[in-house]
Amino acid sequence: MSGQALAHTWYMTQRQLMSIFRQPVFLAISLIQPVIWLFLFGNLFRKVVELGGFGTTSYLDYLVPGIVVMSALGSSMWAGTGTLEEIERGTLNRFLTTPVSRNALMNANVAQNGIATTAQSVVILLLGRAAGAGYPGGAVGLLILVVASMLLGTVFGALSNAVGMIVRERESIIGINTFLLMPLTFLSTSFMAPSQMPGWMRDIATFNPVNWAMVAGRSALGPAPDWSLVLTRCGGLLLLALAAVALSTRTFRSYQKSV
Amino acid sequence: MSTRAPAVEARQLVKTYPGGVTALRGMDLTVAPGTVFGLLGPNGAGKSTTVKILTTLARPDSGTAFVAGHDALAHPDRVRRAIGVVAQKSGADPVATGRENLLLQGRLYGMRGAAVQRRADGLLDRFSLADAGKRLVKGYSGGMLRRLDVALGLMHRPEVLFLDEPTTGLDPEARTAMWEEISRLAGDEGLTIVLTTHYLEEADRLAERIAIVDRGRIVVEGTPDELKGELRGDAVHVELRADAGLEAVTALAGLPGVHEAVAEGRRVSVRAEDGAAAVPVLLAALERAGATVAAATVARPSLDDVYLRYAGRRFQDAESEGAATTPEPALAGGAR
Repeated sequence: MSGQALAHTWYMTQRQLMSIFRQPVFLAISLIQPVIWLFLFGNLFRKVVELGGFGTTSYLDYLVPGIVVMSALGSSMWAGTGTLEEIERGTLNRFLTTPVSRNALMNANVAQNGIATTAQSVVILLLGRAAGAGYPGGAVGLLILVVASMLLGTVFGALSNAVGMIVRERESIIGINTFLLMPLTFLSTSFMAPSQMPGWMRDIATFNPVNWAMVAGRSALGPAPDWSLVLTRCGGLLLLALAAVALSTRTFRSYQKSV
Repeated sequence: MSTRAPAVEARQLVKTYPGGVTALRGMDLTVAPGTVFGLLGPNGAGKSTTVKILTTLARPDSGTAFVAGHDALAHPDRVRRAIGVVAQKSGADPVATGRENLLLQGRLYGMRGAAVQRRADGLLDRFSLADAGKRLVKGYSGGMLRRLDVALGLMHRPEVLFLDEPTTGLDPEARTAMWEEISRLAGDEGLTIVLTTHYLEEADRLAERIAIVDRGRIVVEGTPDELKGELRGDAVHVELRADAGLEAVTALAGLPGVHEAVAEGRRVSVRAEDGAAAVPVLLAALERAGATVAAATVARPSLDDVYLRYAGRRFQDAESEGAATTPEPALAGGAR
C-alpha cells in the first residue's frame, strides 16, 4: 500500500471513529448492553454450571468470552446501515470525486470496525473481571479472545456492508440481522457447554463461525488451552474475514460502476 | 489560469442506464476557461448524468470527455485533482463540524499542516460560517449547509467548479444569498464554473453562456441575450389615457424597427426589434398623433420562450413529463 493510501486510510478511520464518539446514545447502548447480558444471563443460568462440562465452577468464567463474541457480532452486523447512510447522503460520492484512495475507503471500514470491536471487548473483559470472572489463560488468552472476536466482527461487518451496497435498503439489513442474531447466538456455545447441548445443535455449532470465535477464545482463556483448536478456529475465521472483505470490495466496485 | 484550452470539452457522450433509460444521446459540450456555463433543462434531461461523467463518478457508454485538459476516462485521478464538486445532495458529514469537514477534504488533496488550517478558516470566514464552523453540521440550516458544500468544493482551489442544482430546495432568501455567492465566485481569477439548474431565472442571472438540454442532448447554446435575441423582437405595451385612434396605430406601424402594432381599447401593443430603443420613438410618435401616454413597458423574451422554441414544448410541461417518464437516477443511485 502506498504512503498516500495509508494516510487516507487513517483520515477515513479517524472520521468514522469520531462519529461513533459523537453519538453518545449509540456508544452508551453498545457498552451497556453487554453489561445487561452479563448480569441477566450470569444470574439466570448460574446453576447450569453444576450440570458439568463447562470446565469451570463459575458460570461467569464461562459466560464472559461468550458475551465478548456475541457483542462483537451484534455491533458489527449493523455496519451496512452506516454505509447505506453515506451513500444516501451523498457523502460517499463526494469522496469519490476527490483523489482519495479507493482502497482507503474500504480499509477504513475494516479498521474502524476492528478498533471498535477491540475496545468493546476490552471493556467487557474488565467489567467481567470486576464482577469476579477469572481468566486463567492470562494475557495471551485475553489477546486471542480479542483477536478472535475482532476477526468475527470483520466477517460480519464486511458482509453487512456488502448487503448494504447491494440491496440499498435499511429494512433488508434490519430483517437479515434480526433473523440471524438469535440463531447464530443460540446455535453456539455462548451459554451452554457443548456436552449439555442436543447432538444436532452441537453439530450445527461446529459450522457456526460465531462458535469458532467462542471456542478459540474460551480455550485460550482457560487453564489448559487446546492450541490446535485455537489455531484451526482462528485460521478459519481469518479465511472467512478475507473472503468477506474481498466480497465487500467487489460490491464496492460494482457500486462505483452503478453511480 | 494559464491554459487557453477549453475547461470542459465533451464529445458525443452516450449513456444508457440499466433498465434501458437513455440519459444521454450524443451530448456535446465546450466550456471556455474562466466562464460561468449554465446547463439548463428540466429534470431528467441528462444534466446530472453529464456532471457525473465530467466529475469521474460515472463512465459514458461512448464518447470523450476532457476536463481541465485531462482525459476524464483515461486519467480520472488527474481530473479529480483539478475539479471541485458541489453535488445535488450535500455530502457533508453531519456528525463532524464544518471545520473538520473542510480539513478532511483538504487533506484528501494532500494539503497539510498550517496551510490546510488557514485555508479552512479563510473559507469559513468567506462563507459567513466562522462561528458555525465549530458546530456539528447536523445542526446547520439548508442555506448554511449549501454554503459549506461550496466551501468544500473550493477547498483545494480547483480550476473547474461543478455546481449541480446549487439552489434546489433552498428558500427564496437563501437562494438569493447563494446567487450572490456564485456571482462573487465567478469573479475569481481563472475559475470556471459549470452550473446545472432547472430554474430559468437562475441560468439567466448567473451564466455567461447557457446550453439548453433536452432529452439527453443540447438543443441550443449561446449567451442568454443571444438566445432571447433569436426570438427577434421585444413586446412594448403602451397604456394611453384615452382610447387610441386608428391614426395613432398607423403612425406607430410605419416607424423603423417596428414590426406590428395592435390597439385594444386604451392599450397599444407593438413588437419592436429593440424594445428599449423603440420606446422614446414610440412615445414621440404618439404625442405627435395627439395621444397621451400613461405607461409603457418593455417585455424581453424569456428563456421559457427560448425553451419552447427549441425543445418544442413548454418548460413546465417538460418538467412534469421528464419527472414521469425518465427519472434521473439519484446521484447516489439508490432510493432518494
